[in-house]
Amino acid sequence: MIEISQLLVLGAVMFCISMAGIVINRKNVIILLMSIELMLLSVNLNFVAFSYQLGDLAGQVFVFFILTVAAAESAIGLAIIVVVFRTRQTINVAELDTMKG
Amino acid sequence: MMIDILFYFFATVLVASGLCVITVRNPVHAALFLVLAFFSMACIWLLLEEEFLAIVLVLVYVGAVMVLFLFVVMMLDINIARLRAGFIRYVWVGVGVAFFIVVQLFFVFSAKQSGLVDAVPPARHGADYSNTEALGRILYTDYVYPFEIAAAVLLVAIVAAIALTMRRRPDTKHQRPSEQVAVRREDRIRIVSMPAEKKQ
Repeated sequence: MIEISQLLVLGAVMFCISMAGIVINRKNVIILLMSIELMLLSVNLNFVAFSYQLGDLAGQVFVFFILTVAAAESAIGLAIIVVVFRTRQTINVAELDTMKG
Repeated sequence: MMIDILFYFFATVLVASGLCVITVRNPVHAALFLVLAFFSMACIWLLLEEEFLAIVLVLVYVGAVMVLFLFVVMMLDINIARLRAGFIRYVWVGVGVAFFIVVQLFFVFSAKQSGLVDAVPPARHGADYSNTEALGRILYTDYVYPFEIAAAVLLVAIVAAIALTMRRRPDTKHQRPSEQVAVRREDRIRIVSMPAEKKQ
């Protein structure tokens, strides 16, 4: 049987991997967005694990909402990346240092 | 026993693909490894008897969001070499931060007070239990207002994404439906009265 501690440790490891990804790939916005997706996934694993342990469906409902918001977030984020690339011809975070569009 | 073996297999694939996502050079490969990570996570959720969310994860994330990522990655002409500058320098910072978080979370989970160490895994449901049905029942009764808000969030996201990326190029020829609909008879035809010509 799967114990909740195994799931929580897996979620923690995934969270740390995505955290390290944000630090490592701090210039590439697309990899940053992917790391955020991975981070949300590990958070979802925690919700699912507690829902599994406690037999409470509320955790799964919250995972459902988090998936919705994450999908909306990535759609808008990618749209912003496309617009930024169209005006600047770069997505390097270090070069995006002016507010003027 | 079998479930444990499957869990460790999927967890290993998940961690390995997560590491590949943040370290590979090519963003397309990173997106594909992210797809693998989502698949492994969906399999782990299946092992926990949460079928609906596992299928939603595959359909929504692998089917929609990751395809969107791949579209954008392939559409943009990115100079990877410049984006990779300073990678080695940041690796140690990233590994250090991640390691300290792992250690802290390990202490939290292994503490006696948390009660997580000797938590008994729940009994598995019978063959007639339907996770989708139970989730739907709670989603459309207790959580119906948050459900509506989620729908509104998706609508706002659609409108925002389209409004952000839509552009009008003045040099291309395109129809203007509003002007076409608003046209009147007088704008198009002109009735002139002229004398009939003689037959020759």
